[in-house]
This record gives sequence, structure tokens and C-alpha cells, in this order.
Amino acid sequence: MSADPGITAVATSTRLEILAQAVTAALPGRLTPVANHTGELTYEVPDTELKAVAQVLREGPQLKFEMCMDVCGVDYLSHGRDEWTTESASSSGFSRGVARGAQRAGEVPPGRRFAVVYHLLSLSLNQRLRLRVFCPDDAAPMVDSVTDIWAGANWFEREAFDLFGILFKGHPDLRRLLTDYGFIGHPFRKDFPLSGNVEVRYDPEKGRVVYEPVTIEPRVLVPKVIRHDNRYDPALTNAPVHTASLAKPDA
Amino acid sequence: MPEIRNYTMNFGPQHPAAHGVLRLVLEMDGEVIQKADPHVGLLHRATEKLAESKPFNQSIGYMDRLDYVSMMCNEHAYVMAIEKLLGLEPPLRAQYIRVMFDEITRILNHLMWLGAHAIDIGAMTVFLYCFREREDLMDCYEAVSGTRMHATYYRPGGVYRDLPELMPQYPYSQWRSNKEVDRLNARRSGGLLDFIADFTRRFPANVDQYETLLTDNRIWKQRTVNIGVVSPERAMQLGFSGPMLRGSGIEWDLRRKQPYDVYDQLDFDIPVGRNGDCYDRYLVRVEELRQSNRIVEQCVAWLKANPGPVMIDDRKVRPPRREEMKGDMESLIHHFKLMTEGYCVPAGEVYAAVEAPKGELGVYLVSDGANKPYRLKVRPPGFAHLASLDEMVRGHMLADVVAVIGTQDIVFGEIDR
Repeated sequence: MSADPGITAVATSTRLEILAQAVTAALPGRLTPVANHTGELTYEVPDTELKAVAQVLREGPQLKFEMCMDVCGVDYLSHGRDEWTTESASSSGFSRGVARGAQRAGEVPPGRRFAVVYHLLSLSLNQRLRLRVFCPDDAAPMVDSVTDIWAGANWFEREAFDLFGILFKGHPDLRRLLTDYGFIGHPFRKDFPLSGNVEVRYDPEKGRVVYEPVTIEPRVLVPKVIRHDNRYDPALTNAPVHTASLAKPDA
Repeated sequence: MPEIRNYTMNFGPQHPAAHGVLRLVLEMDGEVIQKADPHVGLLHRATEKLAESKPFNQSIGYMDRLDYVSMMCNEHAYVMAIEKLLGLEPPLRAQYIRVMFDEITRILNHLMWLGAHAIDIGAMTVFLYCFREREDLMDCYEAVSGTRMHATYYRPGGVYRDLPELMPQYPYSQWRSNKEVDRLNARRSGGLLDFIADFTRRFPANVDQYETLLTDNRIWKQRTVNIGVVSPERAMQLGFSGPMLRGSGIEWDLRRKQPYDVYDQLDFDIPVGRNGDCYDRYLVRVEELRQSNRIVEQCVAWLKANPGPVMIDDRKVRPPRREEMKGDMESLIHHFKLMTEGYCVPAGEVYAAVEAPKGELGVYLVSDGANKPYRLKVRPPGFAHLASLDEMVRGHMLADVVAVIGTQDIVFGEIDR
């Protein structure tokens, strides 16, 4: 009734195709499309190209992504690994059947552990796009900062640095944002325990607050289970991100 | 002659105008702000990390506690993300119920904002009036979910249950006179929809009341006009959304531009400001109160005429009814599996955004095919707004910081997460 005419006139799928063509035309061979079943466009960009690509995405006449809505870090350390051996666990009991994600974590191909995901939005053309860049170095993950392209990315990058330890080269003020003053570690990494490493209490003898190692033990209430459901297309849905899209961009 | 130099001032985290736990380190030259450095994170609860350790449905309640004055809108973004991954389409009646409660939530949020903003700048009365109407809306929340604020009412595939046929009534007690109880119960004689319909009839006059107190008030205008001006280009650069973006003159509303649920079936207007100052944002939000009221009216009319299911009939996602479990083996198994393990969501990633009262609230969900989210990222609108506080208050007086914090509609539950 009152919907924007631009939306109802053209179906969503064709709009996506038009955008995908525009992206390919503006950035030939520099982006790798990632298959997705949710009807959203996702591209992977090599870390060396990030800023140049971001600039084109912002300025391109058919792209015009004026806004960077979200920047977030992702740690793919335990992606696609369950905590519960469905076949053999029932005879050994719950506590022995469960393994924490970090213990079961196997090998992640080098340079495929930390990723930064950007969600871009174009107000003028009413379209969205997702950009993912993997950090090449797992020990000291680092990508270029996009704050000079989208000023709004400033705090989002600080947050990703704080929670994942991803460094943003060229960021004007890369300080911790959410965690406590003097916090050690990056809490959203998959190998950081949910219960943390230290706990805080007031020590009446010392007359101050003291930090001590945590006394609670990590526990699993509901183990993580991966079940393959034949209702969903396996080609699209069961591909772990860090292995499936290892292919190089078609240069 | 004494040496003249800037000094640094600490504002909050225990300050009534800090809207929770904002700590600001202000660098001042006399009474003029040179630099503002917000220190956030005092309310950081790692909601996103907690969600990674729980089945999908168990995190719906956490979403209420993000932006704790617009509870159901947060739930909406989260369940929409799951629905997109699962490929579910909730029944039409559930969509209308959600839209109705989203708009009730918007009214709740804007009333809270209006009262708090006004009391920050010195107008006490508005606060009391706003809370009077909020109380009625909280009763709607309570009637439908059992709690006044943290409802946990939306589910992937619909809503938890249908709207109640009868509105709960106040009992006679020694705490109120019988006459007062009768007066309160008069509106509660019908069902929830009758109560909401009655509210929508009264509400426009109430908004007029607030406007009488503020819109042409000389002090109010002196405190808000030309304070915290943001140009449209800058608003886009900084990632603004919601009334902060519309106040700067950009007509952008996800309910209209990227409609979800049944927003494309409803008739409403998008108010837009002109100058991008605190006063324009005030006008935008007050007009949104009226528009939300219109949407609620339309939803009530539709819901009264169209009974039907409020939850999809997919046994892999929705637990069976209690009575079915008594006699049906399959239902018992489904119930057990759903309660102990939850449902597995196909691997993939999705970004679902709703027009929350404060702006675009997005949920980025990565699933690796398990019964828990692999990564959940909430994109809070207030985060981008607070990040620009430094820019907005530079060159203003100390008292204007309070006006700018108020106009940004800051809530720390969503910023710190």
C-alpha cells in the first residue's frame, strides 16, 4: 500500500543480480563471491586490497555505499566442530561425551582464523553488501583501518581490537573500548574461556580489591551438536567458511 | 597573573544525566568543551559470547536486556535472523502481533526518552506525564508475556502465544479505594486488543499535552535549537540511523525502505527534520509517537478481524503442546530434543536489521550448522551515535553535553552489550 515504489517494482532477487553485476564491473577479479542461501551478497577481499576496494565501493556510481553500518571480528577457530560425539557418547555418559570447543579445535589453515566483516549500506540505492577480509597473520592479526573512508567505523574497529585483538593499521585511536581498564586478553576469541581467567573481590586485610584466578570450573550445559538436515541444500549450507572459500580470486 | 590552562573534568559514571553508566572525560576551556572522550563498557556483559554457549532459543531473553527500554524490537531482530537462516515465514497474524508490539515498544521508548530528555534539561512535569502512559503499555506487555519489561515473547516462527482474551484486572485491596479500583478496571473489562484500542484513542491527546509543555516553550527551545547540529553528509559518514539520521533531513526508515513483516501493508508517514539539531530530533520523535499510534490502530483493527495461528506448525522448531505429548510418542521425542538440544540451524551467515526506536538494530548471525550460534554480533544504533559525541559537543558549553546525550537517546544495555 505505502511501500516504497522502488522496492515493489523490482523483485529482490533481480536487485541483487544487478548489484552483483555492478560490483563485478567495478572491481573485476578483486573480490571473491561467497555462496549464501539467505539472499545476501557477501564478498571476500584480500587484505592488501581492502582500502582500495572500500574506496571504490563508496564512490562507484552504481555502488554508492555511503554508510558502514557494522564492523565486527570473527574467530573461525572452532567453526564447524561440535562438542558432542553423537555416535559413541551415549555409552560413556554426558560428562565424558562432551569436549569444550577449544579442546576439540583442530587445525585452521594459516591466515584463515581471524576475519573482519563489514556491513555496508547504500541509502541512495537502497542496497546492502557484506565484505569479509581474513587477517593473514594468526599470531598478530592486522588489517587496514577504514576510518578515513567511513568515519563511523572508528568505534567498531576499537571494539574488534578489544574483543579479538585484531589490529587496525592507520586507526587514529586504537584503545580498548568495552573491557575493564588493564584487562588482559581478548575475551571473544574462541580459546578464551567463557568464565574468564581472573575474578575480583575485596580483600579486607589488604584493604583493596584483588584479582585472583577464577575458582569456578567451565562446564557445558547443552553441548554443541551439528546435525546434517536433509531439508537444506548441503551445497550451500554445510560448507565451513574457512575451507570452502580458499579459492583464490579469479585474477 | 595565574596561568590559564585547560582542565579535564570527569562526568559520570554516577551522574543522573549520564543515562546509566556513561563516563565522560571532558577537556574544558573555561566552560567550553574542547574534547569529549566517552569511556564505555561499564555494563559490558558479553551477551554475544554468552549466546555462543547456548541453544538459539535460550538467548531471546538476553536480547530484551540489550536495549532495555525497547525490548521487543531487539528480540525481533534476533528471531528474524534465525528465521532467515532457517527459511521460516511466520503466520500473518504473528507478523501483525509483532508489528503491533514493535510500535508499542517504540512508544514506550520514545516516552522514556522524552521524559528523561526533558528532565535532564530541567522540565520535570513531562517526565511524570510520560510515565503515566508508559504504565498502560507495560500492562500490555505483562498481559501478553507475564513480565512488564523483559518479555521474551517473540520466537523464531511466530510469537509465544496468542493475545489474551481477557485483560487482567486489579483486585479490591486495602491499598486502593474501591472507587479507584473500579476506575482502573473500567478500561480492562475487555480483551487486550480492546485495552490497546482504548489507549490509541486516548494517546493523541496525551501527545498534545507533552507538546503544550515543550514545543513552544521558550526555555526548551533555547536549550535545544542549534545544539548538536549534524549535517546530512556527516550523519551518513558517522553511521547514524533512526531519528538521528532523519533529524538531519535524510528520509530513511527501514520500515519503509526495506520492509519486514507486514510494514508494507500499513499506512504511516516518516517525519524528517530540517536543521539536524536537538530540537528537530525532538520534533521527529514526537511525530513518530503519533505515527506509531496510527500503526497500532491499524494492527488492532486487523487482529480483531482475523483470528488464526500465531506460530508456524513446524515440529522441528516449535515444541508440541502439552496435551499432545501425553498421548503421542513423536511429540514427546520432539519436545525432549527441542528442550535438551534445541534445533540445528543450517550453516551460513545473515544480517537482519529492524528499525528499532533508536535506529537500525542489526543482528549478524554466523551459524556453522550447530544448535548454537557460532558468532552473534549485535549492531546497536546507539553505539554509532555515542561514538560521535565528541564531534557533536565540541565547542558547546558543558550544559549542552547533557542536551546532546539526551538527544542521542543513549541506553547502555545496547552500547556495552
